[in-house]
Amino acid sequence: MKPARRPLEPVKEWLIERFIWLCGVSAVLFVFGIFLFVFREGSSFLWHGFKAGEFFTSIEWYPTSRIHVRYGALALITGTFSVSLLAMIIAVPFGMGTAIFISEFCPPRLKEILKITIELLAAIPSVVWGFIGLTLMNSLLLRLFDAPLGLNMLNGAIILALMSVPIIVSIGEDALKAVPDSYREAALALGCTRWQMVLRVLLPAARNGLLAAVLLGIGRAVGETMAVLMATGHSIRIPHSVLEPVRTLTATIAAELGEAPVHSEHYQVLFIIGILLFTITFAINLGADLIVRGIRRKS
Amino acid sequence: MFEATEHTRRMQRREGIIKYLLSAMTLLIVLPLVLIVLFLLYKAAPVLSLDFLLENPIHGMRAGGVWAPLLGTIYLVLISLLIATPVGVFAAVYLNEYAGDTWVTRAVNLAVVNLAGVPSIVHALFGLGAFVLFAGMGRSILAASLTLAIMTLPVIIASTKEALAAVPLPFRQACWNLGATRWQTIRHVVLPNSISGILTGIILQVSRAAGETAPVMFTGAVFFKAIRPGDPFAYGLLDQCMALSMHLFTVSTQVPDVPEPITYGTAVVLLGVVLLFNALAILIRFRLRSRKKW
Repeated sequence: MKPARRPLEPVKEWLIERFIWLCGVSAVLFVFGIFLFVFREGSSFLWHGFKAGEFFTSIEWYPTSRIHVRYGALALITGTFSVSLLAMIIAVPFGMGTAIFISEFCPPRLKEILKITIELLAAIPSVVWGFIGLTLMNSLLLRLFDAPLGLNMLNGAIILALMSVPIIVSIGEDALKAVPDSYREAALALGCTRWQMVLRVLLPAARNGLLAAVLLGIGRAVGETMAVLMATGHSIRIPHSVLEPVRTLTATIAAELGEAPVHSEHYQVLFIIGILLFTITFAINLGADLIVRGIRRKS
Repeated sequence: MFEATEHTRRMQRREGIIKYLLSAMTLLIVLPLVLIVLFLLYKAAPVLSLDFLLENPIHGMRAGGVWAPLLGTIYLVLISLLIATPVGVFAAVYLNEYAGDTWVTRAVNLAVVNLAGVPSIVHALFGLGAFVLFAGMGRSILAASLTLAIMTLPVIIASTKEALAAVPLPFRQACWNLGATRWQTIRHVVLPNSISGILTGIILQVSRAAGETAPVMFTGAVFFKAIRPGDPFAYGLLDQCMALSMHLFTVSTQVPDVPEPITYGTAVVLLGVVLLFNALAILIRFRLRSRKKW
């Protein structure tokens, strides 16, 4: 029996495989595209008139001043880093503790429930977190501390911590799970308690994965927009205590982009902030990826 | 004879304390979810009803419901889904089925990781520069959906890749041995066997896209737009629209004197949509695990 002849079949297959390839590399194109277009919108001011010295060292952000327009982003940069740092001071111990508990101490049924809850926690949209900061956390902080304002750095940091904990927990737990069971058995056979095993064997062995988890948590905190826009109080200055309001790079773009006329200097400076944010998060993600890849190669 | 030494007992006590400490930490992480949901529901209770979903916001958003924003969100999510699903699924097929260990593959993997890590506000700037201005779409549902699609692509790629990788190699080998080509194998063996996993990814994409605010704020969503209530085809592709996420931002920060239940009601509807889709994804995953044939 002769097989049915389908002359177009190889052509179709070739076309489909080209399409699949195209979809695959599209991710690369999109990342390039993001950089390119954000850069393009900000480029003409970046080459002519933009003062990098002022941008990085001055705290005077007066983009709409009539007499003397100044674009000093130092207070915004400090705002982003102080809020992210405080968020990590809260989120890292809690995230690590939860990851260790879920991975090593918790019964299997509870483990399922906890993992689902953490997944749902990660799903809460950032604008809802911002709303929580604005309402619940605001009145909570006013009641607990004697602060004049409930919308401040601490508020934003607690919200950001809750937002980045799920990432730290899930990636940290993966890292702990990747440590071979023979390590655990060896440690327990030597008479270690479980905690000694975690502290002396698992944590050193999973070091890189845990570091990657923290890095991705930082990436999330630095890039978060709506929650910090709504919860940190939005005042441009270098904070002296955690109960003072601050303003971040992301929130500045979100708050001012709508009012800046298209292609004006102010508009272009906001895109330059975008380039800065893109570069920071790119570096963080690249670092985390290299670390994770390093583990995979070894194991 | 085998009595615990002082040192051992001390270690055991420490172990007990640490265990309590760790579970307390976990509780503090998990508890907020429950508290937040209960708090929002309690505050929103006076307005929650079907009418709240089906009525338009009126009187400068100080009364009425969330119909226009809800419909806008549905439009944005569906259109971004239509764009992101084929690209994402095929990108995952490329990564899992075709790509060898070459520099191209490494670049694609790195790009996916970075795409997921780019801040949402930078996605907004990109959407504004590329779709709204460069491609001349203006602020429209189409431009906003495209921005959302690119932003949520990594979600679909990651879960589809996982689903494809879970199909055992012998399935493919059996098919190749029958003389099927690579694509035929993918089409008739690999994809059908990983469909639930792919579906989970798509649902997670929906949940993610529905909640995003910053990317739609400057590419297509507006503070207010009047549409006919109850008409599901009220928006056109190049129209601007309201969106639930942005509406929550508007009523909670931009408009003064909005009655409390309305802002809380908006938050509950948004959170409800997102958590509902996530719960659905989790359910599918559980059913999938219990029915697995290999």
